Amino acid sequence: MSAVRTDPPAASASPVRDTPPALELRGIDKRFGPVHANRGVSFAIARGTVHGIVGENGAGKSTLMNIVYGFHRADAGEVWVHGRRVDLLRPHDAIAAGIGMVHQHFMLVDNFTVLENVVLGVEGGRRLADGLARARAELERIARDYGLAVPLDAVVEHLPVGLQQRVEILKALYRRAEILILDEPTAVLTPQETDQLFRMLARLREQGKTVILVTHKLREIMAVTDRVTVLRQGAVVHETATRETSERTLAEKMVGRAVSLQVEKTPARPGGVLLAVQDLEVRDRFGVTRVRRASFELRAGEILGIAGVAGNGQSELLEALAGILTPSRGEIVFKGAALVRGGLGPRARRRLGLAHVPEDRLRMGTVAAFSAQANAILGYHDQPAYNRGGLLRGTAIQAGCARKMRDYDVRPPDPGLRLSAFSGGNQQKLVLAREIDCDPQVLLVGQPTRGVDIGAVEFIHRRLVRLRDAGKALLLVSVELDEILGLADRILVMFNGEIVGEVASADATEGKLGLMMAGVKEESV
Amino acid sequence: METYTLIVLLLAATLRVATPLLLAALAGMFSERSGVIDLGLEGKMLGAAFAAAAVSAVTGSAWAGLAAGVLTSVALALLIGFACITHRGNQVVAAMAVNIMVAGLGPSLALAWFHLGGQTPQLDAPGQRFVEIVWPWAERARETPFPGLLYAELLSGHSLVVYLAAALVPAGAWVLYRTRFGLRLRAVGENPAAVDTAGISVNGLRYQAVLISGMLCGVAGTYLSTAASSGFVRDMTAGKGYLALAALIFGKWRPYPTLGACLLFAFTDALATRLQGVALPLVGVIPVQFILALPYVLTVLLLAGFVGKAVAPKAIGVPYAKEQ
Repeated sequence: MSAVRTDPPAASASPVRDTPPALELRGIDKRFGPVHANRGVSFAIARGTVHGIVGENGAGKSTLMNIVYGFHRADAGEVWVHGRRVDLLRPHDAIAAGIGMVHQHFMLVDNFTVLENVVLGVEGGRRLADGLARARAELERIARDYGLAVPLDAVVEHLPVGLQQRVEILKALYRRAEILILDEPTAVLTPQETDQLFRMLARLREQGKTVILVTHKLREIMAVTDRVTVLRQGAVVHETATRETSERTLAEKMVGRAVSLQVEKTPARPGGVLLAVQDLEVRDRFGVTRVRRASFELRAGEILGIAGVAGNGQSELLEALAGILTPSRGEIVFKGAALVRGGLGPRARRRLGLAHVPEDRLRMGTVAAFSAQANAILGYHDQPAYNRGGLLRGTAIQAGCARKMRDYDVRPPDPGLRLSAFSGGNQQKLVLAREIDCDPQVLLVGQPTRGVDIGAVEFIHRRLVRLRDAGKALLLVSVELDEILGLADRILVMFNGEIVGEVASADATEGKLGLMMAGVKEESV
Repeated sequence: METYTLIVLLLAATLRVATPLLLAALAGMFSERSGVIDLGLEGKMLGAAFAAAAVSAVTGSAWAGLAAGVLTSVALALLIGFACITHRGNQVVAAMAVNIMVAGLGPSLALAWFHLGGQTPQLDAPGQRFVEIVWPWAERARETPFPGLLYAELLSGHSLVVYLAAALVPAGAWVLYRTRFGLRLRAVGENPAAVDTAGISVNGLRYQAVLISGMLCGVAGTYLSTAASSGFVRDMTAGKGYLALAALIFGKWRPYPTLGACLLFAFTDALATRLQGVALPLVGVIPVQFILALPYVLTVLLLAGFVGKAVAPKAIGVPYAKEQ
């Protein structure tokens, strides 16, 4: 991740004393049935600042922001905006109070144009034509003032995610928002888009807007915010000026105990070659070549990291190794078997001892509507332990899942619960448990901590290192540079489908890898 | 000359058959564009057909019949709306329940009230039906085949409802694409959460859409029993509601293509009626069952062949609930 550091202007660090806070929460309390989502939350946000709200998944960040946006109603407590108490019964009231929100999942109508999306709800009259013309002029002015150029007549679904997010910000500004809430805005962005977003936020602050950044990524908090509030289990546990804190302190406050952001591990003791990839070329389903002539070896007892900006062929490489995509040329040799020529699919490879934790657990790794115990045997459902003559063995499956949940600290430990009811971290732990359970020789891991909270990240990292120490080989694909740097013993960098270089983890720095990820070859670094 | 007359008469019949289909399809368009599946078209039309015929028979006024038809259909629409919008029930199940209920209720009430074996009395007194409006000089124009016959048969000589349905196509398109309501309606069928966060009531919009659908279905049903025929008979919609839905899908939920689809379906229907008992060159007389099946076979073929490209409103069939 390469967030830009934007130094706060002097004014925002010490807000003028006599202006009331842009937003003040007093004793906000909210329950959803048995879940106490917000417990007496009180804090104030000064005008013209970027304020961070951090917390693990389920800490109540989103609920709190949805209350501020009038999407949910608080059971108790008051919201004050610019020194006036406001009643937020519906989003309409929040918009009227000058609050805008960019949701994590964009609230855009995909087949509408940018212009239509922006005016939805504030069309300015029963007939569209007049309102649209006025909106166009106004939006061109906003785009100029804030550096937010977006093609107004483009259909939203044809725009890249970064631009779609810009449309959301435009929507808020067009409604004259003075306070802009961004909920996990970087989850879907590439590092470059993240940089752009942060520059945009700095610009908004300069213009006197108040920005609330909700995230669980501490680097981003450190990079762009002026103050930060930490939520844990629905309550405010810490509040501080960003410059007076550190990632480590924030992480501890979030989790409630000391966490190590650094992975503890000893130097690797690589053994024999387990997986050899020769001259691999992979095309995606549109026939575009995504991996070009990749060759490398993976040894027992090491973690090989594949670094790269998302979309440079890592995903396709991983899928080809797992047997999901068929390479157009080249060979993969595992335990003496030629996987490509032998036509071995994912199941056969898994039987041989080549397990795969997919990058996108919800799309490829699990079935969200199934129970945890059903998910815990996906791909292994034909094993005699779970299957007798085509009939599933319910008790054994349940017991197996309960054991995996115990071993991997999956919470709540309820095998019958729907997978979608678990947090991202717990889902991922279950997938990991499933894939490691059959004692594979090689584990392919894609984005193991995407959408996973800090406590679980620590757990997953330790498990992966333990697996390595047990003499297994791990191939780790991640777009999080920190993760690669912390876990891998050797690092391959991919750019535009090619492996542009290899770095031993001892020699690797963020700067060096960053250059290679941008396509600068190893020799010239 | 003879063929020419036949074709003109065939086209005129097409217009008459297309009218209820078009009204129902436009009704469905409003409902489905808002995200509510409109399988209830059939039941709403049938209910309106019964109510219109019954009230017209009793009061002697087709207009009172129309009012009763629209009210009945709107009431049924609100019933489905209450189940599906307020209580987030399954839209298909709720609509099918209404369809089945009306199919039984109409004839039962007719039997109880009129004692005619489940029909309403024949509407033959003046004012009980929507009669054909004959345009000026239509009779004289008929003497000159071209363009006089076209004028007399295609433009003139339909009931008020036919002209209303025709006018509703451009009107519907205007509402859908040129007004604030249309923009919001299209948005709520694609992404209700976007509408909600924009500060607009999702349920409010969907109720409005369902209400419009109810009114249009009411007119369609009234047309069936008080204009196209003279009285209500059991199952008189005969699947027209479903056919209208097929036309809507074939027309990709857009007004003009839907009009085209309705005309096409109506044409095959009109053609089937004309072809009964007619000896065709080479094949001779085609069994009547084959001819009657023609519109439906065509529907299946068209939908199988073309509907792949139609993209339904994204949020259709999904009750809207705020996530926690």
